[in-house]
Amino acid sequence: MKTTTVKEYTYKDFASDQEIRWCPGCDDFVILRAMQKALPEMGVKKEDVVFISGIGCSSRFPYYMDTYGLHGIHGRAPAIATGVKLANPNLSVWVITGDGDSLAIGGNHFIHVLRRNIDLNIILFNNEIYGLTKGQFSPTSLVGQKTKSSPYGNTQPPFSVGELAIGAQARFFGRIGGNTPKEMTQIFIESEKFKGTSLIEVLQNCPIFNDGCFTEYTDKAVREDKQLFVEHGKPMIFGKEREKGLVLNKLKLEVVTIGENGITQEDLLVHNAKEQDPTLHQMLVRLRDPLITGIIRSFDDVTLEERNAEQTEEVKSMSNFVKTDDLFFSGDIYIVE
Amino acid sequence: MVATETKQQPKVLEAVIIRFVGDSGDGMQLTGTQFSDTSAMFGNDIATFPNYPAEIRAPQGSLYGVSGFQIHIGSVEISTPGDEVDLLVAMNPAGLKTNLHAVKPGHTIIVDTDAFTKKNLEKAEYESNPLENGSLENYRIIEVAMTSLTKEALKDVRGLDSKSIIRSKNMFALGMVYWMYNRSTDHTIDFFKNKFKSKPLIVEANTKVLNTGFYFAETLELIPNAYTIAPAKMAPGTYRIIMGNTATAWGFLAAAEKTGLELYIGSYPITPASDIFDELVKHMHFGVKTLQAEDEIGAITSAIGASFAGNLAITMTSGPGLALKGEALGLAMIIEMPLVIVNVQRGGPSTGLPTKTEQSDLLQALYGRNGESPVIVIAASTPANCFDFSYEAAKLTIEHMTPVILLSDGYIANGSAPWKIKTVADMPEIKTNFLKKADENWHPYDRDEHTLARKWTIPGTEGLEHRVGGLEKDRVSGNVSYIPENHEYMTKIRAEKIKRVQNYIPDQTTEFADSGDLLVIGWGGTYGSLYTAIKELNEEGYTNIGLAHFNYINPLPKNTADVLKRFKKIIVCELNTGQFASVLNINFNGFEFLQHNKVQGLPFGNKELIQKFKRLLK
Repeated sequence: MKTTTVKEYTYKDFASDQEIRWCPGCDDFVILRAMQKALPEMGVKKEDVVFISGIGCSSRFPYYMDTYGLHGIHGRAPAIATGVKLANPNLSVWVITGDGDSLAIGGNHFIHVLRRNIDLNIILFNNEIYGLTKGQFSPTSLVGQKTKSSPYGNTQPPFSVGELAIGAQARFFGRIGGNTPKEMTQIFIESEKFKGTSLIEVLQNCPIFNDGCFTEYTDKAVREDKQLFVEHGKPMIFGKEREKGLVLNKLKLEVVTIGENGITQEDLLVHNAKEQDPTLHQMLVRLRDPLITGIIRSFDDVTLEERNAEQTEEVKSMSNFVKTDDLFFSGDIYIVE
Repeated sequence: MVATETKQQPKVLEAVIIRFVGDSGDGMQLTGTQFSDTSAMFGNDIATFPNYPAEIRAPQGSLYGVSGFQIHIGSVEISTPGDEVDLLVAMNPAGLKTNLHAVKPGHTIIVDTDAFTKKNLEKAEYESNPLENGSLENYRIIEVAMTSLTKEALKDVRGLDSKSIIRSKNMFALGMVYWMYNRSTDHTIDFFKNKFKSKPLIVEANTKVLNTGFYFAETLELIPNAYTIAPAKMAPGTYRIIMGNTATAWGFLAAAEKTGLELYIGSYPITPASDIFDELVKHMHFGVKTLQAEDEIGAITSAIGASFAGNLAITMTSGPGLALKGEALGLAMIIEMPLVIVNVQRGGPSTGLPTKTEQSDLLQALYGRNGESPVIVIAASTPANCFDFSYEAAKLTIEHMTPVILLSDGYIANGSAPWKIKTVADMPEIKTNFLKKADENWHPYDRDEHTLARKWTIPGTEGLEHRVGGLEKDRVSGNVSYIPENHEYMTKIRAEKIKRVQNYIPDQTTEFADSGDLLVIGWGGTYGSLYTAIKELNEEGYTNIGLAHFNYINPLPKNTADVLKRFKKIIVCELNTGQFASVLNINFNGFEFLQHNKVQGLPFGNKELIQKFKRLLK
């Protein structure tokens, strides 16, 4: 974390004067407010915060933050952010993207930024649809989903964000419903603390083109039974009465009820987000009943900028070149009189 | 004895052109580089032209797998690698077949007779052995069993595998040529010692073969006469031999040092631009930051990010890569951020001729983006001035806050020439325009009244938090604006900003004649060819022909029309079908622009230019 004194901010310090143009009822408003609330808690100077986005509804986000921001081009935000961070590692750099932006046109940058592990935070607004182009299916749309570009049903199977990300070496993966701002704020703060690329998938409802896409998990009435919010070091418990939990049975995750068949809380899996081996994290990511939310993976690893800095120091210490003149006049030179 | 001494007195020549050819695995590039470096050390002016296939190891002995390296050395000024060669060294039949046409009649060809086997002759599509069928009687053929002699020379070196032995036969050829042109082998032996520090056996073997070739030429008197090329009269100073791509890389290093900015390079490997990145990545000791990106788009967009954060950001590519970078270049242009894109042009379209030269990306550089999206376009014209123009690209991008495309091409990028070394102190100032503090009325798109450039306001600057992006901006506030008149205003002011760069670049000059009957116009990498041809005509007495070679393409120098007016005829010469001619046609009414074009992946030949110009002068 930055050590110099940082002003006391409130969420208002991070709100720009621009009129917000998202559709009424969109979860994007929740995410924006959660971010504006999280930033004052991070101990980061406002002038050191940068938001980089691609194209899509979500990518308008930087205009609404009173920080530095760059609204880029479709799919390229992770690459732009990589340049920002390598140029000035002191900055707190955030990538704002959507399912089409990051997984379709920007798929290449998305997997490579995760592989490299640069200290960036990526928030992926997943609404399983293209909103800004008015309702075409996206790489996370379900098979059979009827959209403007799949009037008879989508025939392309979807990506699972978490599986793809962890497969691409993501060290930090969190997932959160678009209607749980308190937990979302907390995850944003944790992702800033994490050194390395953190990816947070927000299950974001699009009230216009894909309304209710996550209702089965996020609706208040069913949420506690359909979601398991994991926390590092705590047992995997969920349910209205906190009566259900997860155990590992052979090679499968299994839902059990505490008190039935002699199951006690001690039998439940304890979440270890910091485990390097991603096997269990992948299983958690895949699970649909319940859907796992919270920080699923948070494995500390060396970052790209740390590796680069170390290498630069080493090369500097071994080199005789201080100024370019030292290079230009080195080796085979000759004098004409 | 007297007779012998006379015989050994080297014949003095002004200039000579040598070409080494062989399989792409035969080490012809190394052989050629060593000869040119040694000659430069000796004080000759030089120009080189590597010509190699796209395949790294094409099938042995095949016609399309021939790799060549041409060197032009002289005691006089040398501006091109030349076209017709005085000495051809052919390591196999395929090399002989594909290069014979370039040898001046009566001149010398050295062949490795061991390579003229039935199999190799078939691969080279020879029906009978050209060494035996009399087809080479117009040339002086020196037959040497180089492979066997190399094996013989190394028979006492223990621990060498047969592959390494055969591979060193190129040094036998080099040794012979060193003797013929009165060159010392010292430089090359030092090179081995450095390059193969940890492999003393390889150093020993190569040195031995090189010396054997040298003594072979000397003692067996197979070569009846030796040549020498006296040192050239060059301006006093300290020189080194530099390749165009290296010079480009070094210009950026110099610009970074001059400005105190950190240098950021985002790049994706592509022939023939990769050398620039590979050179810069070596210089981490100067704090150079590099990212070998996942693709061309990642390369340029990461550079845009680095520029946004205040680094001097560069990306380099070749034609197909420039196409991929187009959208991002438009972003850099509309957010008015410094960014240099180097395009080392190669034969196109599509993958085209990756290892050959062409100037066919000019219109892409000027117009290859969506919307009205002008950027500064400049072009280097010699291997050595790649240094000046990469430095100039950095200067213009920073001072005018707009992307700059620097055009180079495979010919000057891979070619090398003497460079009178410049120090950072010699280079012009570059004014950075960072904004650290501002009053309440500040807006991100406030412009300098002269250049129209905005300020560079980077993250980390307190109180100046702002957003930029690809959407159109309000002319005053910089916020997103869809207002029709505003868009038109912004489109025009972005164009005007580029136009005003005219006030900061030098006037177009002409060489050989300021006015007259024929003006030859060129741009970029063809300078050496055009200069050499016109110089020759000038020496023949044609004083009515001038050369205007353009390095600044967009904007064009202010006085361009004045230059055009002073000549009766104008011919635009370029390695495409007439792209610069069309640019001139659009910009200057009332002139007839004749054209001379070539699209063969090769530079202009001297003869073809002279013939063309003479016809127009009649």
